[in-house]
Amino acid sequence: MKTIKILGTGCPKCKAMETTVREVIQENNINAEVIKVDDIMAIMEYNVLSTPVLVIDEAIKIKGRVPSKSEVEELLK
Amino acid sequence: MFDWLQNIADWLVYDTIGLSSEEHLAQALNFFIYDAIKIILLLFIIIFLMGIINSYFPVEKVRNYLSRKKLYGLEYLMASLFGVVTPFCSCSSVPLFIGFVKGGIPLGVTFSFLITSPLVNEVAIALFFGMFGLKITIIYIISGVILGTFSGLLLEKLKLERFLTPWVQNVIKNAERESEEFKQGNETFKQRLPVIWKEAMNIIKGILPYVVVGIAIGGLMHGYIPEGFFEQYMGKENWFAVPAATILAVPMYSNASGILPVVEVLVAKGIPLGTAIAFMMGVVGLSFPEAMLLKKVMTWKLIGIFFGIVTLCIILSGYIFNLIF
Repeated sequence: MKTIKILGTGCPKCKAMETTVREVIQENNINAEVIKVDDIMAIMEYNVLSTPVLVIDEAIKIKGRVPSKSEVEELLK
Repeated sequence: MFDWLQNIADWLVYDTIGLSSEEHLAQALNFFIYDAIKIILLLFIIIFLMGIINSYFPVEKVRNYLSRKKLYGLEYLMASLFGVVTPFCSCSSVPLFIGFVKGGIPLGVTFSFLITSPLVNEVAIALFFGMFGLKITIIYIISGVILGTFSGLLLEKLKLERFLTPWVQNVIKNAERESEEFKQGNETFKQRLPVIWKEAMNIIKGILPYVVVGIAIGGLMHGYIPEGFFEQYMGKENWFAVPAATILAVPMYSNASGILPVVEVLVAKGIPLGTAIAFMMGVVGLSFPEAMLLKKVMTWKLIGIFFGIVTLCIILSGYIFNLIF
């Protein structure tokens, strides 16, 4: 099972990323756990400068922008 | 530069629809078509160009550079210049702030970046270009950079570290200068293009409704308010106009930049350029939602000092612009 983290302090872009990721998981029946991290201290442990950030199994995949569904699908394969 | 566009608007409104150029409605419609096409076109071009620059020069690289290099006082100017080419999203302001001070970048330098980045952003540049032309846009960019540099220097001198929230003070204590050079991803331009394109589209989609409404209101005012109408109320001799415009603008969210086509009309109808620029800077440079976000890292007192100093600098630039033009 994959662990997906979405780092973001609750801005519209972060919510858009969470929605996209959850949709992709549901549509493709991917076995993954989605965790929304909105605590800034926890976010800063990843040493990122822009949000939202998509973390898959503790590796930073996308930062500072909302990915498309196909992009997320590709990353979760 | 945009004569051809004016010809299209004229042809549409006067020849095709057949309205008389004497009519208020025709003037409003003509202005709307001309301005809408021009501004949307400029938004596309400038946001896309900025996207390309940013893809090769991301904010991580900026931090790495500012953290590693000794710049002997020039770091404020550099941070401010980097702020110009980095697109700003208010939701990233907190991670950005922490990331900078964590990398050992002084608080004032971080502020310089944080001030110029929203103040001179791609949307503001495109709108300014569309409204007032190239020369005034360049002057706006330069004053934005100076304003960021100067405010950052001033904020550094005030020794404000003690007004940060305790955990951020802790971060500063443990700050480390970066030792490694930033490693750039080596995708080709062709690989980068789809991402750049999509980001540009996202920005434009977000701002477009506001801009169109702004242009529509601007068009109506353009058609119905007589030339020089505001001169009697908000002329240069009225010293109160600049601070009033700035203070009105500060709480507004920067998506409100959509209302800026209205400002163009206000200038045409007699509001001095400096007053209009101060208003514009207030709208894009500072906002209430940004203050709420910064609350996570700063005490209200520090946010107050930060906003206060930037507001004062904006008012000052407004007066200077009014003196020059």
